Amino acid sequence: MHGLLQQIFSGLAAGAIYASLALALVMIYRATELVNFAQGEMAMFSTYIAWSLVNAGLPFWAAFLLTLIVSFLGGMAIERVIIRPVENAPVLAAVIVTIALVLIFNSLAGWIYTYTVQDFPSPFPDRPVLGALITTQELGVIGVTLLMLLLLFSFFRFTKTGLAMRAAAQNPESARLCGIPVGRMLAIGWGLAAAIGATAGIMVAPVLFLDPYMMAGVLLYAFAGALLGGISSPVGALVGGAIVGVTENLVGTYLIPTQLKLTVALALIILVLVFRPHGLFGTAIVQRV
Amino acid sequence: MTMKRGSVIGLAAASVVLAGGLALAAGEYGPGASDTEIKLGNTMPYSGPASAYGVIGKAETAYFDMINEQGGVNGRKINFISRDDGYSPPKTVEQVRKLVEEDQVLALFQTLGTPPNSAIRDYLNEHKVPQMFVATGAAKWNDPKHYPWTIGWQPSYQIEARIYARYILKELPNAKIALLYQNDDFGKDYLIGLREGLGAKADMMIVATKTYETTDPTVDSQIVALQGSGADVLVTAAIPKFAAQAIRKVYDIGWKPTHFLSNVAISVKQVMQPAGPEKGIGIISAGYIKEPTDPQWENTSEYKDWLAWMQKYNPSASTTDGNNVYGYTVSQTMVSVLKAAGNNLTRENLMKQAAGIHDEKLPMLLPGIVVSTSADDFAPIKQMQLEKWDGTTWRLFGEVISGAGS
Amino acid sequence: MSKGFTVTAADKLAASQYGGLSLDAWRWIGTLALIAVAAALPFAISSYHVFELTMVIIYTIAVLGLNILTGYNGQISLGHGGFFAVGAYTAAILMHDYGVPYWATLPPAALICFVLGVLFGLPALRFEGPYLALVTLAMAVATPQVLKYFDNWTGGQQGINLVKPSPPPLLGIDRDRWLYFVALAVLLLAIRVAANMLNGRTGRALVAIRDHPIAAAAMGIDNARYKTLAFGTSTLFTGVAGALSAFVVGFVAPESFTLFLSLSFLVGSAIGGIATISGAIIGGFFIEFVPNLANDISDAAPWALYGVAMLLFMYAMPRGVVGTLGPWLARSMRHFLHRPALGGSEEDCERRITP
Repeated sequence: MHGLLQQIFSGLAAGAIYASLALALVMIYRATELVNFAQGEMAMFSTYIAWSLVNAGLPFWAAFLLTLIVSFLGGMAIERVIIRPVENAPVLAAVIVTIALVLIFNSLAGWIYTYTVQDFPSPFPDRPVLGALITTQELGVIGVTLLMLLLLFSFFRFTKTGLAMRAAAQNPESARLCGIPVGRMLAIGWGLAAAIGATAGIMVAPVLFLDPYMMAGVLLYAFAGALLGGISSPVGALVGGAIVGVTENLVGTYLIPTQLKLTVALALIILVLVFRPHGLFGTAIVQRV
Repeated sequence: MTMKRGSVIGLAAASVVLAGGLALAAGEYGPGASDTEIKLGNTMPYSGPASAYGVIGKAETAYFDMINEQGGVNGRKINFISRDDGYSPPKTVEQVRKLVEEDQVLALFQTLGTPPNSAIRDYLNEHKVPQMFVATGAAKWNDPKHYPWTIGWQPSYQIEARIYARYILKELPNAKIALLYQNDDFGKDYLIGLREGLGAKADMMIVATKTYETTDPTVDSQIVALQGSGADVLVTAAIPKFAAQAIRKVYDIGWKPTHFLSNVAISVKQVMQPAGPEKGIGIISAGYIKEPTDPQWENTSEYKDWLAWMQKYNPSASTTDGNNVYGYTVSQTMVSVLKAAGNNLTRENLMKQAAGIHDEKLPMLLPGIVVSTSADDFAPIKQMQLEKWDGTTWRLFGEVISGAGS
Repeated sequence: MSKGFTVTAADKLAASQYGGLSLDAWRWIGTLALIAVAAALPFAISSYHVFELTMVIIYTIAVLGLNILTGYNGQISLGHGGFFAVGAYTAAILMHDYGVPYWATLPPAALICFVLGVLFGLPALRFEGPYLALVTLAMAVATPQVLKYFDNWTGGQQGINLVKPSPPPLLGIDRDRWLYFVALAVLLLAIRVAANMLNGRTGRALVAIRDHPIAAAAMGIDNARYKTLAFGTSTLFTGVAGALSAFVVGFVAPESFTLFLSLSFLVGSAIGGIATISGAIIGGFFIEFVPNLANDISDAAPWALYGVAMLLFMYAMPRGVVGTLGPWLARSMRHFLHRPALGGSEEDCERRITP
């Protein structure tokens, strides 16, 4: 019984990691109706920036804040310079562009920071609590993820900019007619997503350890989790991430050997999607003829 | 007249010696070798998930740079052509064919990875091109009867696992063993080696095994499950990132097994410190090469030489990365083989020299460990030494163990 | 005579004369010339380059498969590397364990991949956009895992070494060139099949489904059947390419078929031009040569360079090389070689579906 509880808690902790990146994916999708495959690599790169700042002597929270600002501006710049040219091109062109970003960020990180595993300081103490079921570190990750969810949810629901962003994403022409600066909304969307990704990366690096491939595996699970929850739903991202984390652990421990864990976990997620093709909390896209 | 005859004979003798000497100096050359140059080919994963090992290729390039600056080997410069294969076997085949057929290298040196090397072994043996000192710990490269052109270098993972098995049989005969291993040939070799070392008792003693993929974010779930099996010995066959996670998780859940750690993950800077140095106290590993962040080597002249080489020839690389010691040391073996070949730089002679290394000591190998080969023995390094983590350093203990004998 | 909209404007254009020959005749000459060059090439270059070109042909066939799905059917697949692997392992296991000759492994590989593709396509019908991407991504990521697990069949992580096929002794050419011609023959067959399919009813149905699924359904096109068919055909092509790669390379292992391979196919497809057949050839060249080029240019971060190359191609030619340059070239040709004297306006010409 203790083992089962431990697996569930472990799964929730991992799920929080997936959810934090999934939130960034949801952010971009809501703002631009695009899946950004480079989200993980951007988060990783932001984390390296934070790491260099900490190494240069900055206190943790100062480095964190500075990294958030740099990431926000960087995300906006990427949208303006790199994504903008293919905005009106076929979707596939945009997909290729994000794949290109994956390669570029990964290669640059490896070149600048080498592929050696690095240590990353954590703002949370690392002590086991609740009878060794979970550590304060992992609780911290869950806490920050919940906070980000709250902020994101409020942003889209209660602020004018959030509303404008949703409008710009769903129907750019109409939004423009209403006076919404669509281009700026897209850029802000990317900037916010980059900032969320940076937060995710910084929180997660003490747990996963920092190297250029830190986010590669996480992105896959985050993507699955975001879709499971509904790609346009922040709450869905959290629930989806948690479900993916726990399912993966339970499946790998009790159901099948770990050698097939990834395959079976993905198969289960797809099975759920077959019955709910837009995710658990997603809204169906109604096409008007 | 005696003097005249003598001088004629003397002159004749001198000409013969001179002619013979000239012939020797001119040398016998296979493709890629000449009076001024020796071409060596190599493939490394400079991209893709295995790119952490690309530093080995860079270290080897840097080592040959140093040798070249010091005059080369027997007056010839080493032209080390290293290409990226991304750890993808079809790419390795392509790059190796290019090296052999277009660049006309004398030999392949330190091609990295088991699948890449498996892909090119048939081709190289068919074309009689030396596949020297392959950079993998698989056991299958020691097969001179079927693959006379292929030779390994480092002690295989199976040898290492067998050493742990023998230690367990001796010191912990009633142990219940759990194994965490990476789901590829590297990790699986530990399972094979453990089972071989435990012999008949393998099924009884190994109570649980769990795998992980390099795309898995953490191994926490696996560690928890292994604890649940009731094991009191844990063997972790993982690369640095996951080893650090495993060590930390084992401590955090309050599990205190006798913990054996794969040699690839003993880096102080990359594993022991991030995991938490106190969390790994008591962990046992087996080594053959000096770990650069281990304080016990800090003031030795061998380490200082290595450090000086790093700073001058390989400055962008990390002095905390053991791969740079590995690259440095294996290059020394290559250079000594080239030296021994003298002016007979044919592929056949290169393999002959590689098969005739007698107890060669190298500065960054652990004390007591040597490189030796013979016509039937293509496993140059077979010895390892057990070491235990004490919170600050890997303390060597026991005797140098030979893992020879399959 | 009234010049109404007519679908047979294409035929009118084809009947018109350019320099004494019809457009179709010119096309035939061009194609035969290309084939002649392709057939003569291996005797003018070294064995190593022949091997490289054989890989280009194999990737072209794989990308062609992806083009059928992504280009003509609008479904984005991130998982074609998985089907490539299935084809490769089918060939490898048949050759290694059952002694099947190499050429006889192609039909089973094609069949298995077709069936698998149809089975995959059925649930994929329910998904669109990013959800479909996930399903295909799952295929790409799960494939190495499954290959490693069933190691009794697949050799697991050790992979399977194959004896490379020998050329028929009567022909007097070496193994590399023989394999090149085998691959070339398969490519020509594949192009023929694809062209027939895509320029006919099926192709028009697929494009209709891609551009206006609701209108297509309203017109009586069975969306589900065509979409599934497209999936199966697409994976059939890619699977055959995989089977070829097994005995051309001589080795299969799970590491040969990672997610990166799937992404490479998608990149090749997009850069060549997704709704084109000739774009697949360009895609094949891109996948094979640009990484090497990037490596030669920069030792430090070659994949960043590869990524930048991808970006530049997408900015300059968002519909791919053939997709963007093709229509432009066609228009220029028409201006240059005199407009047809017969009926048929520029607008009628544009309505053709470009192959």
